Amino acid sequence: MPNSLYIACIPLLPLVSFALLGLFGTRVFKNLSGLLATVLLVVSTILAIWVAYNYFFHFGQANGIYQRIIAGQVTWLRFSSELSIDMGLMLDPISCMMIVVVSFISLMVHIYSLSYMKGEERYPTYYAFLSLFTFSMLGLVLSSNMFQIYIFWELVGVSSYLLIGYYYDRPGAVKASQKAFIVTRFADLGFLIGILVLSFYSNTLDFNTLIERLTNPASPGLKTALASSFLGISAITWGSVLVFMGGAGKSAMFPLHIWLPDAMEGPTPVSALIHAATMVVAGVYLVARLFPVFSISAPASLDLVTFVGVLSALLAALIACTQTDIKRVLAYSTMSQIGFMMFSLGVARHGHEEQLGYSASMFHLFTHAFFKALLFLCAGIIIHLVHSNEMNDMGGIRKNLPVTHICFLIACLAISGIPPFAGFFSKEEILQASWQRNKVVFWIALTTSGITAFYMFRLYFKIFWHKPLGHQASHADTAEGDTMIRLPLVILAIGSLLTGFIPFGRFVSADGTPVHTDLNLIFSVGPVLVGLAGIFLARWLYLNKNDAPEKIKNGTRALYTAAYHKFYIDEIYVFITRRIIFNLVGKPAAWFDRNVVDGLVNTTGNTTQIVSKKIKGLQSGKVQEYAIYFLLGAGGLALLFIYGWK
Amino acid sequence: MNDYLVLMKSEWLITITIFLLLILKVRGEMRSDRLLSIAQVMLLIATIVGFLFNRYGRLFGSMYYTNPLIGFQKALLTLATYLISLLCADWFKKTQHLAEFFILMLTALLGMFLMISSGNLLMFYLSLELSTIPVAALANFDLEKRISSEAAMKMILSSAFSSGVLLFGISLFYGATGTISFSAMSNHLSGEPLQTLSFIFLFTAFAFKLSVVPFHLWTADVYEGSPIAVTSFLSVVSKSAFAFVFLIAIYKVFYPLEKTWYWLLVITSIATMVIGNLFAIRQQNMKRFLAYSSIAQVGFVLVGASAGMSSGTSSVVYFMLIYTFSNLAAFGVVSIISERSGKENMTDYKGLSRSNPFLSWVMALALFSLAGIPPTAGFFGKLFLLTAGASRENYWFIVIATLNMIISLYYYLRVVRSMFMEKNDNPIQSVAIERSVYFGLILCGVGIVVTGLFSWLYQYIVSLI
Repeated sequence: MPNSLYIACIPLLPLVSFALLGLFGTRVFKNLSGLLATVLLVVSTILAIWVAYNYFFHFGQANGIYQRIIAGQVTWLRFSSELSIDMGLMLDPISCMMIVVVSFISLMVHIYSLSYMKGEERYPTYYAFLSLFTFSMLGLVLSSNMFQIYIFWELVGVSSYLLIGYYYDRPGAVKASQKAFIVTRFADLGFLIGILVLSFYSNTLDFNTLIERLTNPASPGLKTALASSFLGISAITWGSVLVFMGGAGKSAMFPLHIWLPDAMEGPTPVSALIHAATMVVAGVYLVARLFPVFSISAPASLDLVTFVGVLSALLAALIACTQTDIKRVLAYSTMSQIGFMMFSLGVARHGHEEQLGYSASMFHLFTHAFFKALLFLCAGIIIHLVHSNEMNDMGGIRKNLPVTHICFLIACLAISGIPPFAGFFSKEEILQASWQRNKVVFWIALTTSGITAFYMFRLYFKIFWHKPLGHQASHADTAEGDTMIRLPLVILAIGSLLTGFIPFGRFVSADGTPVHTDLNLIFSVGPVLVGLAGIFLARWLYLNKNDAPEKIKNGTRALYTAAYHKFYIDEIYVFITRRIIFNLVGKPAAWFDRNVVDGLVNTTGNTTQIVSKKIKGLQSGKVQEYAIYFLLGAGGLALLFIYGWK
Repeated sequence: MNDYLVLMKSEWLITITIFLLLILKVRGEMRSDRLLSIAQVMLLIATIVGFLFNRYGRLFGSMYYTNPLIGFQKALLTLATYLISLLCADWFKKTQHLAEFFILMLTALLGMFLMISSGNLLMFYLSLELSTIPVAALANFDLEKRISSEAAMKMILSSAFSSGVLLFGISLFYGATGTISFSAMSNHLSGEPLQTLSFIFLFTAFAFKLSVVPFHLWTADVYEGSPIAVTSFLSVVSKSAFAFVFLIAIYKVFYPLEKTWYWLLVITSIATMVIGNLFAIRQQNMKRFLAYSSIAQVGFVLVGASAGMSSGTSSVVYFMLIYTFSNLAAFGVVSIISERSGKENMTDYKGLSRSNPFLSWVMALALFSLAGIPPTAGFFGKLFLLTAGASRENYWFIVIATLNMIISLYYYLRVVRSMFMEKNDNPIQSVAIERSVYFGLILCGVGIVVTGLFSWLYQYIVSLI
């Protein structure tokens, strides 16, 4: 097993670069900041891959089962002999997978930003924030206990707030960063309560012990947790649901997804890192981390996970069809894909036969990171060329951006589930898992994956075809000229091609035993056909300019308008907050505050002043009076305790 | 013979220092900064040795006893005295009678050591007087200031009064139990009215020294009038020493009267927090402000002490350690500023961060810690005090304590605000900081941060009990 120091270096190196750049970035490193952060991250990434390799092939297994290994632990605060807060490093299949994904995608973004963000005024600050984010995310996935994961969870929230609001002079960015922060904070409240509930019944914060105590039917903690119920639902289900609420906030699940599209105000590489590959899957990771508790002790909460996941997947896909801002389309597609991961977890159960969904979800998380980061990075280049996020301003630019074009196509094919691209394999497993478990979910998922293919290719055709070639003035040299920009694209494109062939179930499963993921060719025909149908529909509508889309739009006006307005979910929030909370809660509260609380406070303040003036007399400066008070005090206490307090 | 050396090592070292200073003084003209460095080095040695070789033992027919915890407490007091010798260097160098000052201060410290180690009421009373009378002389050390003499006068008169009540209590005790030895006494305690009365008289002596309301009235006058070195000695060293003895008294000797002292603590603790806060809010003079705020802090110490044996002791000792660093840092800054600019009012501190960034940051750190804001050590200190108090499941008491903590936030942060956010047309000029003062402030700052973040310190204290 590698020395725990090496493992600790994986998150700590980005922290070092954050500290260096935060303190000296603008004065000392200046334009070298990016290079410094990137070099440190390269080391961190190599370490991560090395640790993961060793885990999967050398020391991770015992008797053919992958173990949860605590690679290092420091006691940070001890409350009692039983309960302490530790800082630890946990290695298990999913954390090993996640450190690779996070460090690798972050490295790609670092490299890409070297030239993409060049010339920005706060270039060192950008890299400092990026490093802080990488540190927090790596710390999050390596956490060995609930409290630690919560600390890093909040750090991730803070650093993403800083990154979304990076262009702090744009009001949109500032608003978006606040919205993201507040919505996820709200969800984190649930998370915190969930942590408290689960740790209260298990009497520990440590993941290993907690999972062991809350899944063993004989343990007293689980018995009390199952017996005590609130509103007819057992405490353990409440705990799981509340933890899931935190996850749903970070992962932008319905109805807590409203921050994600707005968060696209941040720099595009940031969206690639945070809102595609890493932070938004933290919620999925969290559910996977506590999966034994969810599946064994609180199966009802998994039904909720399934429902929320499938609803988010479908809803986001429908909305994505109508959006015209390319980053927003990608944001909704992210939400939709995370919905896939969620419901895939939701349909999985404990036990050898039924855990396919778990592996499938993690597999999709892994492949999705590659092609979605690729899509965002491509979008960044396109936006630089066109100087607009609107797809109506684009079209016919495939000759301007040849590399981007091919990479974007590969990513679109991957997300649409066309073999042999990565998305095909993982989505296939998800569909199989849901077919085994729940047919309704399967049909919705199949429809959604058809819609996914449609809107992704709508995006593709509208950007690269749709209008005659040479429509854009050609200054391709500036847009994708730099090797530093092209390199990550090519690497990610190769990743999107090849990662599907990893026999994922062998390595990652809920109980550590290998899961068989035979590719069922007959079964695959359906989803692939649906995907192809979506692509051809998009090709028919958008390859060249024609009036078919308008006709369809008019034919389905009600649905189109609803989807275009994102099903009015933002408006519902506004209605709830402005009308209901402000008028029914806020105004009475304000009245109460003004008249009762303020009144009380003022009275208290005045009384304090008056009392304070009165007792000022106590402090007369005369020693003989002090002696009197002393004697009165002693006598008073003596009387009280001898006669009053028997 | 060995026992007499090792068990009493702290006492010996302090006694040697006292005699060393005395001889140097008598021998003739030694520059006072030389004397100061000798005193500092001796105190540093005593501090380091104090943390080592601590073990159990009894001497002089159980008149004197010690254990690892007591050793740690003595080391802590020595550390605080050492920090004072660093932080008030400015004032020390100006004073005419440096050797006398240290001889008196160390004698008081010696008295406190013997008091913590006393195993008998008589020994306790004698060492209590040994720790009090020199301090009254010290309070008078600003010889040319009338206010300083007044402080000394008030202190000696009040102490005499308090001692009278204490002696009365002791004699009643002897009458009620027939013994003055601590270990024998606890077997005779049954809670009959005479015992309760004498316990309350005894309690007033502690309450007086700890400035517990309503026995606190001397505090503000004495703190304001005395030189800052004396004020910090009184508010940190003397308070810690009496807090430690108080813990031993209620847990080891008067445990049978638990019901009485628990409610006594609840009542006086609430009164102390509330009155201390109410007065602190109004203060404009920084020394007086720190005096009242330290009264309120004692209220929180009593919350922890009410818990009982192990959690009470560990939380109070841990808090006193943090309080030492925080309060001394605050007094250190006030001392430099008042020495160099003669300004002691809160309004003078406006805009201090522009002219003296280092001092302002140390002050802010100290005040954050006193107010109990995470992640400074003060937060953990208060947290442990309150959780220890909560173990009695008397939750409204803890709620009142928490409310008082919030009130105290207001006045601590008010100082921080005026240092960092308010403008001043006539700001305090940038002051030069001596090397030893600088070192002392850094030590305090590091202490404030490190004591909280590294939990092994707390665990070490727990392991001593």
